[in-house]
Amino acid sequence: MDFKSSDTITGPRTEDHLPSTAQAAAKIVIVGGFGVGKTTMVGSVSEIRPLTTEETMTQAGVGVDDNYGSDTKTATTVAMDFGRISITEQLVLYLFGTPGQERFWFLWNGLFEGALGAVVLIDTRRLEVSFDVIGRLEERGVPFVIAVNSFPDAPRYPIEDLRSALDLAPEIPIVECDARRRASSRDTLMALMRFLYSLEMTKTSPV
Amino acid sequence: MTPPQRRRRHPTELPQPAGKQAEGKIPERLYVLTGAAEDGDRAELDLVTLIVARTDAPQSATPEQAALLRLCIAPLSVAELSAYLNLPYSVVTVLLTELLAAELVQARAPIVRQALPDRSLLEAVMHGLQKL
Ligand SMILES: Nc1nc2c(ncn2[C@@H]2O[C@H](COP(=O)(O)OP(=O)(O)OP(=O)(O)O)[C@@H](O)[C@H]2O)c(=O)[nH]1
Ligand SMILES: [Mg+2]
Repeated sequence: MDFKSSDTITGPRTEDHLPSTAQAAAKIVIVGGFGVGKTTMVGSVSEIRPLTTEETMTQAGVGVDDNYGSDTKTATTVAMDFGRISITEQLVLYLFGTPGQERFWFLWNGLFEGALGAVVLIDTRRLEVSFDVIGRLEERGVPFVIAVNSFPDAPRYPIEDLRSALDLAPEIPIVECDARRRASSRDTLMALMRFLYSLEMTKTSPV
Repeated sequence: MTPPQRRRRHPTELPQPAGKQAEGKIPERLYVLTGAAEDGDRAELDLVTLIVARTDAPQSATPEQAALLRLCIAPLSVAELSAYLNLPYSVVTVLLTELLAAELVQARAPIVRQALPDRSLLEAVMHGLQKL
C-alpha cells in the first residue's frame, strides 16, 4: 500500500470543512456509460473540488492451472468520483458518479441500496449502454430519473420515443440536461428529488 | 429515425445466486484487497458515514491513524477520508474500525433510503438545491 507519509497529506481546505454541526449525510448516485458526463455533472454542482475514491481488487486467473503455486491474479483499480453539497448546517448531500458496469458496484457496499435515488445519464448516440443499468436499478428498487445529455451531434428523439425505447414506466421523469452547466445539473437533481417526493406521497396516502 | 429498443430481462436471465452456478461454468472470481478475512469484524461504515475525531492522536497511534485523526477534526465522510489519504475505501474502513473500538473517533450514521424519516428531509434537500 503506497501510504503517503502524514506530512504530505493534503486535507480539505479550511473553507471546505463541514461545520461541526453536520449530523448526517445522504447520497445520490449518478450512473451512466463511459464518457457520458458523470464527472462533469458531479463537478458542476459540487461545492468542493471533486474527489476520487479508489478500490483495488484482484481478479483470479480464470480457467488457468495454478499448479506449482504460480500466481495468475491481476489487480484492477476502480475509481469513483464524488462531490458534496451542504444542504443545511446539519445535513450534507454527496453525489457519486459511477460507471455503468454493474460488476463493480459491489466494491462500495450499499452504494445503491442506501442512496436516496439515482440519475441515469444517457447519450442518445449510445442508448444501449444504459440498458443494463436501468434494468439493475429496477431490480433493486432504486428510484431513478433519466437525464438526456445533449451532445451536439447526438440524435434527438421525442421524449415519448425514448420512454418506449427504454421501456420506462410512465411516471419515471425524463429530463434534458447539459451536465456542464450548474443550473442544468441542479435542475436534474431537483427532478429526482421531486420524483422521490411524489413516491413518498403515494406511499403514505390512504388507498 | 427510431432509437434502439431495450428488452427487459426475464427472470430466467437473472444472474444465478452463488452456489447455483451451472456446472462447468467457472464464475468470475473477484476479491477485494484487504487484510481482513471476514467482513464480520469490520464496523458498519457507509461511504457517507461522517467521522469526527474525539481527541488528538495518542502516542501509540500508527502514522495512518494519526493522519486520519488529523483529517477529521471537522466531520468528514469515509469517502473523503479515502480520497485524501489516497487509500482504498476498504482499507479506510479497517482503520476506522480500530479507531472506533479505541473510541478515538465518532461515527455519524448516514440517512439511507430504507429509513427515510419523512418528507421534511426531501423538502430540506429541495430547498438546499434551490439555493445553488
Ligand atoms: N455537449 C456536452 N458535452 C458534455 C456534457 N457533459 C459532458 N460533456 C463532455 O463530455 C466529455 C466526457 O465527460 P465526462 O464527465 O468526463 O464523462 P464521464 O461519464 O465521467 O466519463 P468516464 O468517467 O470516462 O466514463 C467531456 O469532454 C465533457 O466536457 C453535456 O451535457 N453536453
Ligand atoms: Mg468520469
